[in-house]
Amino acid sequence: MTASGTFGYGEEYAEFVDLNNLGAVIVKGLSVKPMEGNPPPRICETPCGMLNAIGLQNIGLKKFLKEKLPYLRKFNTKVIVNILGNSLNEYVKLSKSLDDAGVDGIELNVSCPNVKKGGIAFGTDKKTLAKLISKVRQSVKKTLLIIKLSPNVTDMKEFAKIAEETGSDALSLINTIPGMSIDIETWKPRLAHTTGGLSGPAIRPVAVRMVWEASQAVTIPVIGVGGIMNEQDAIEFFLAGATAIQVGTANFVNPRATVNIINGIEKYLKRKEIYDIKEVIGGLHAKSRNNPDN
Amino acid sequence: MIAVSNAYDPLLKRPFSYFKNTSDGIHFLYSVKGKGTSLMKDLKQGDIISLVGPLGTGYPTPEESSIPLLIAGGTGIASIFSLADELSQETYFLQGAKCRDEFIMTDELKELKSRPIMCMNCTEDGSFGGKGTVVDILKEFLASGSLHIGLCVLYACGPKGMLESIAKIAHNFSIKGYVSLEENMACGFGACLGCAVKTVHGYKRVCKEGPVFPIEEIEW
Repeated sequence: MTASGTFGYGEEYAEFVDLNNLGAVIVKGLSVKPMEGNPPPRICETPCGMLNAIGLQNIGLKKFLKEKLPYLRKFNTKVIVNILGNSLNEYVKLSKSLDDAGVDGIELNVSCPNVKKGGIAFGTDKKTLAKLISKVRQSVKKTLLIIKLSPNVTDMKEFAKIAEETGSDALSLINTIPGMSIDIETWKPRLAHTTGGLSGPAIRPVAVRMVWEASQAVTIPVIGVGGIMNEQDAIEFFLAGATAIQVGTANFVNPRATVNIINGIEKYLKRKEIYDIKEVIGGLHAKSRNNPDN
Repeated sequence: MIAVSNAYDPLLKRPFSYFKNTSDGIHFLYSVKGKGTSLMKDLKQGDIISLVGPLGTGYPTPEESSIPLLIAGGTGIASIFSLADELSQETYFLQGAKCRDEFIMTDELKELKSRPIMCMNCTEDGSFGGKGTVVDILKEFLASGSLHIGLCVLYACGPKGMLESIAKIAHNFSIKGYVSLEENMACGFGACLGCAVKTVHGYKRVCKEGPVFPIEEIEW
């Protein structure tokens, strides 16, 4: 799958990859009303990664349903819509509309670190998160509900359990990690917004660890995302317990990253003489010495 | 967008304008400024690099009846040269830099002087060409009355401050024109929304709707 915010609404990649070959396209986070995003500079490079403070720029629900969803429906790939809001009502309105319109999945963004209000509060407070998911669950009758968890929590297991208990069909983790970069010549932050979300290979070990923790805590599928650049990285996430993976920042570096990874995974399975990816999922055998549950 | 390394650091490709195309390939002109360009200078003949392109919008071809005013500051010279190379009408070409060391003068640029292209060079400290900035030269030139201002079209590429000053001059003299912008970019093909620039029509992507924009549309 493609990670939200890294694949637009699919069109920009159509000349690089055949969208029919992707498991799913998760579109840019959608809000009820269009959002124009943050002033530039919105991105900067960091060691083995990048910071982004795009500011959730998106075209809004109306335009998405009218223009982008019909475009994506031309392809065989599944369409998952990442949604975000400043209030419970906005999340509910988005989920209802999308459930009615018929998409393949709704991914709840509860963790975007870029916008000053909303996002971060939902995903890092257990009560708020539970309330949000329960309310959204009621509005989503036929569509898969995925919660994209924030890495900004002390115990991922607890948040994963809450998401499962409140009716999520699956989890995806992790979103970007809040970070900052300062220009030592100008004495100013490199991003106009000051802080931004860190993504790319730099965050992969954090994401692998959290996927491992979450997948031990719940029985619903966990979708792994965070710095996957190639098939080796993808396999790491499967071993940690991910049932599926999302590719994000890698798409910027190589617009054909998704198909390269799919082909790479197939080659790996052939080489290991494994005939079902399910044998790889959760294949990590090492027990943690620090984990009191083991 | 050019990959300066196959490793993950630096991670992102770097945007460059075409300098020129010849039978032996595509040429890029770059100045060594940071991590990425430092790595580029160590590339050897035969090395394989990956790039994605061509991307974005180019300068609209000037009408034959117009008088193009081409203005280049620093490495802005790359895209401006590639425009100049196509022109055979009366053209004015202003090139500037901070000092002689930073002034980019290649054989290709020297050859431009043999065309109906009137070149004016300057450096801020006067160590090469006239003393001053291209903005100073432009102002004097337009105020001199020696040009049919109504036919002029500006094409500018260079540091943001330079472009903003040129936009003001364009506004004051009621001249239309185009600027080629740059902004921090991740993907370069319109997906990440990182390279936004504020215009009268809202945020646009420097990599997709740009890098060339009508000068009067940018909100500095």
